[in-house]
Amino acid sequence: MGMTIGEKIIARAAGEEKVAPGEIHTVTLDRMMSNDGTTHLTVDKYNTKLKHPRIADPKKVVFIMDHNVPADNPKTAAAHKKMRDFAREHGIKLYEGQGVCHQVMMEDYVCPGELIFGADSHTTSYGALGAFGTGVGGTDFLYAMVTGTSWVMVPETLRFNLHGRLRKGVTPRDLILKIIGDIGANGANYKVMEFAGDGAHGLSISDRMVLCNLTVEAGAKAGIVEPDEKVIEYCEKHGRKAEHMFKSDEDAVFAKVYEYQLEDIEPCCVRPDFVDHYDTIANVEKEKIRIDEAFVGSCNNGRLDDLHMAAEALKGKKVSPRVRFLVAPASQKVYQQAIEDGTIEALVDAGAMIMNPNCSVCWGSCQGVIGENEVLVSTGTRNFKGRCGAPSSKVYLANAGVCAASAAAGYLVSPEV
Amino acid sequence: MESTVWKFGNDVDTDQIIASQYLLLPDVEEMKQYAFESLDPGFAGKVKPGDIIVAEENFGCGSSREQAPAVLKALGVKAVVAKSFARIFYRNAINIGLPAMVCRDLPGHVDTGDKAEVDMEKGVITAGGQEYPCTKLPEYMQKILNQGGLIASLNKE
Repeated sequence: MGMTIGEKIIARAAGEEKVAPGEIHTVTLDRMMSNDGTTHLTVDKYNTKLKHPRIADPKKVVFIMDHNVPADNPKTAAAHKKMRDFAREHGIKLYEGQGVCHQVMMEDYVCPGELIFGADSHTTSYGALGAFGTGVGGTDFLYAMVTGTSWVMVPETLRFNLHGRLRKGVTPRDLILKIIGDIGANGANYKVMEFAGDGAHGLSISDRMVLCNLTVEAGAKAGIVEPDEKVIEYCEKHGRKAEHMFKSDEDAVFAKVYEYQLEDIEPCCVRPDFVDHYDTIANVEKEKIRIDEAFVGSCNNGRLDDLHMAAEALKGKKVSPRVRFLVAPASQKVYQQAIEDGTIEALVDAGAMIMNPNCSVCWGSCQGVIGENEVLVSTGTRNFKGRCGAPSSKVYLANAGVCAASAAAGYLVSPEV
Repeated sequence: MESTVWKFGNDVDTDQIIASQYLLLPDVEEMKQYAFESLDPGFAGKVKPGDIIVAEENFGCGSSREQAPAVLKALGVKAVVAKSFARIFYRNAINIGLPAMVCRDLPGHVDTGDKAEVDMEKGVITAGGQEYPCTKLPEYMQKILNQGGLIASLNKE
């Protein structure tokens, strides 16, 4: 019996020939990432709870400040200072303001076949490069940082065979939200979502990141696209070598196999307050739902493709005076590229507010928080009750084109084709 | 000892358990007053040490914030019982020494304010004269929990 990609990555990290779902293995981690959402508490635990405080290999550890940057109040500033001081003291690479943690990790670290723990649920993003990235809490992260190891239960794998190409105006975000709508918010709980087929290989690395990033919203432990030439190219372009290009064996066992024809996917508009409340914008726009704010950014959708799509949807238009339109590029690199190619200028001309690269509105603290009963349309990761502000506020999830078109119209609407 | 039940529904996400805006506060003691703020604003003032949370499917979905099980533990919650848990919350709870018990049948038979008795050793919950068995934890995780969490087990290595 063969193995899936996820099983092969865990076997490699465990130093085993073969692993099977349900087994628990001790693994050596390739990399560990923690951000400012939890690191101050991890540092406290390190300083006060450990009998023998030590860090197995500081070179494998990365700290990234992205959730509340720059600090918005003295308590946040204190949490940041704690993180910064710890990183300096222990020789841990620290990023501050360079971008959303997952975008920075993809640009600077991730390699195919790696097993990576991130103290952030959207660590699943790294599957775009054929890595097994999974989200953990602070204590798991601390144990991993101290010992260089952890334990994992080998998950079952769900296989998604993607066929064909997405139509113009339809994004991988629309695809993954459709899949989550189909399988439900716990449809992949404890499992790996593996993507393959010509439809998957037709997607860019940026597109694959969108796909893998949101797999956690179906409960997945990891989301992985079968790595190919594009992964090798991406790694080389970013000065890294792609060494462990795992594919599932012909006789690998999948818990379930799904087939998706990409031409059938439509632009979506997920309704509040759950990520699996899938609907199409074609349906939702009939209701002429007024919005107060629109947002393009986050680890899911703040890359160049998304900024281009937003600028295109706003061509010849202005943001409605009733709407705040916030744009946060995913990283400084994305920001600079968008300045160079004129996208930022076009967005500013249309009336967008450009934020520094960070988690921004999507994480519901720091920037762009919405008030009582306000409505937001967002390219963020989640639309949970109160996720982006007051408990009575509502969040709709859509692609960058729908968000920008809605910002101009003042209500939820499709971009003009 | 009898516990009072606090009942929640399906897909309770970690943003409901503790909202983002409180995560960067200095410590869990300061955060705990905001637990379940959007679902039940007075919760932190009403819950008593030894009480249990009972929920339906997919409890603790969403963000990986360990602050979610940590605020419940800090409020004295004895155990979280649900039909199913999202994996990160489940792992985090065990890691900090908060029992997370998978029980298919109990959630359909209790409501907020009901009394229940949790037998941790046997993995059985008794409510309304009825016994409800919980799914056994894998031995590896049970050991972590018995030692008081992952840090305690690390300190013993």
